[in-house]
Amino acid sequence: MFIQLLGQHFVHTALLAGAVVAIISGAIGTFVVTRGASFAVHAISELGFTGAAGALVLGFDVVAGMIVGSLAVGLVLGLLSVRGRERDSAIGAVLSFGLGVGVLFLFLYQGYATEATNLLFGSIVGVSDAQLRNLAIVAFIVAVGLVVLYRPLLFSSVDPDVAAARGVPLHVISVAIFLLLALTTAEAIQVVGVLLVLTLVITPAAAAQRLTVRPGLAILLSIAIALVATEGGILLSLQQPWPTSFFISSISFAFYLCARIVYAVRHDRSRSVRVSVLAGS
Amino acid sequence: MTAPVVSVRRLALNFGDRSLWNDLDFELQEGELLAILGPNGTGKTSLLRILLGLLEPSAGSVEVCGRPPRESRTKVGYVPQQRVFDRDLPLRGRDLVRLGLDGHRWGVGRVNHEERARIDRALTEVGAAAYADAPVGRLSGGEQQRLRVAQALVSDPALLLADEPLLSLDLSYQRIITSLFDARRRSAGTPVVFVTHDINPVLSIVDRVLYLAPGSWAIGTPEEVLTSETLTRLYDTEIDVLRVRGRIVVVGTPDDQHVHHIDEVHA
Repeated sequence: MFIQLLGQHFVHTALLAGAVVAIISGAIGTFVVTRGASFAVHAISELGFTGAAGALVLGFDVVAGMIVGSLAVGLVLGLLSVRGRERDSAIGAVLSFGLGVGVLFLFLYQGYATEATNLLFGSIVGVSDAQLRNLAIVAFIVAVGLVVLYRPLLFSSVDPDVAAARGVPLHVISVAIFLLLALTTAEAIQVVGVLLVLTLVITPAAAAQRLTVRPGLAILLSIAIALVATEGGILLSLQQPWPTSFFISSISFAFYLCARIVYAVRHDRSRSVRVSVLAGS
Repeated sequence: MTAPVVSVRRLALNFGDRSLWNDLDFELQEGELLAILGPNGTGKTSLLRILLGLLEPSAGSVEVCGRPPRESRTKVGYVPQQRVFDRDLPLRGRDLVRLGLDGHRWGVGRVNHEERARIDRALTEVGAAAYADAPVGRLSGGEQQRLRVAQALVSDPALLLADEPLLSLDLSYQRIITSLFDARRRSAGTPVVFVTHDINPVLSIVDRVLYLAPGSWAIGTPEEVLTSETLTRLYDTEIDVLRVRGRIVVVGTPDDQHVHHIDEVHA
């Protein structure tokens, strides 16, 4: 049964779509975690949902609606230069309102409820060839954007004061990264759904940062973890017909737990080494 | 005399109705070390931001290396006010220094041989080579500050600006950081401007002091500016400047900004 499924076209499409989304989610996640913008990802995905639900009601393309919704929030968040607590409460206020509007849209929508469920929980195995092509195009845009922005983005994420002094346009970078994040989120929603976007955008990056201090390597590790989680999750759901999102988030979380354990052990050891050096001297 | 590295003409800064200073004039020559002193809220950091081209003055003109500050940004090394790095930030000391070299350029970029050598040289110069590969968030404030200086020096700047570079450092680190500034201006002629609230750790190397008081200012050698007469004129109230065992103690400023000077004496 499992082997038979592996030969199916829709499985190949799902695996490819998953890979495309995992690569950009893992890559952008590193910057999101470094900038402390995890909550913003959640906001963008929930308002992507509102956009998608609005598109359902009005009879537009769902993915287009989702991208418009995400981009709108991404733009607003990128323009808001406020930091920390004020930003979080502003995001909280906006996202809950947006979600409320999304609920109304779903209520007004008279079509199949599955569409809505797919939005919330993802539907990777239902990806069509046309969808895969669109996913790949958007992912390409995000990838190119990240490559072009890499150094000033890293600079402004870890060291904004000096970056500004050296002429890095912080506002431009901020808007650009949130727009790329909005595109990535709209992609990830199609795989894991609105509610689980963080499992691809945040968890792999957070795990990777526990494992290495090299910025470049952290990105590669994050991509690798996101890839294993997505592809592993898709394959497991072929074997055991539970929701793919469950498997993806479980694998992703398992990596996170392991990374924390490795980190704790490593630092415990380095601390005891330092203590013994001090004691010896 | 060669052209000044920094030239400030009739500079004024207002925040709303409040005027911080007017007609501020000074020039900075190669190799000079200028300390900006004064109580909080007199625009010390703002003046640095103007020199960095991050803030527009209300009036007057500024030139850095003969051009507007915005166009000279990559020629300026900047050591910001200490901001502690997140403990788990995935960034090594070496990465931080590298950003000072090419962090403002687009693209991923590769560090070539020559750039790697420059980064290593900057790390060695400040004595940070031993922990160059450790995560910055796990280093002490003094170690981070050395990396900051390396980051500012790695691009071989024509001007060094530092905002409270000695804040919260213990005495031995204060000496290390000040001697790094001193060495740099002597070896490469790079003028240094730094904001400080305490002149004493740097008294021996400072050429001139710019003292910003509420509504007025004075510039000159420490002997000229840090006197009872000058500060009394600046604050328009009786100020006493005492010299105790080579240290300067200011008594009588209206806002207790100089309590730490007294602390210095007790220490």
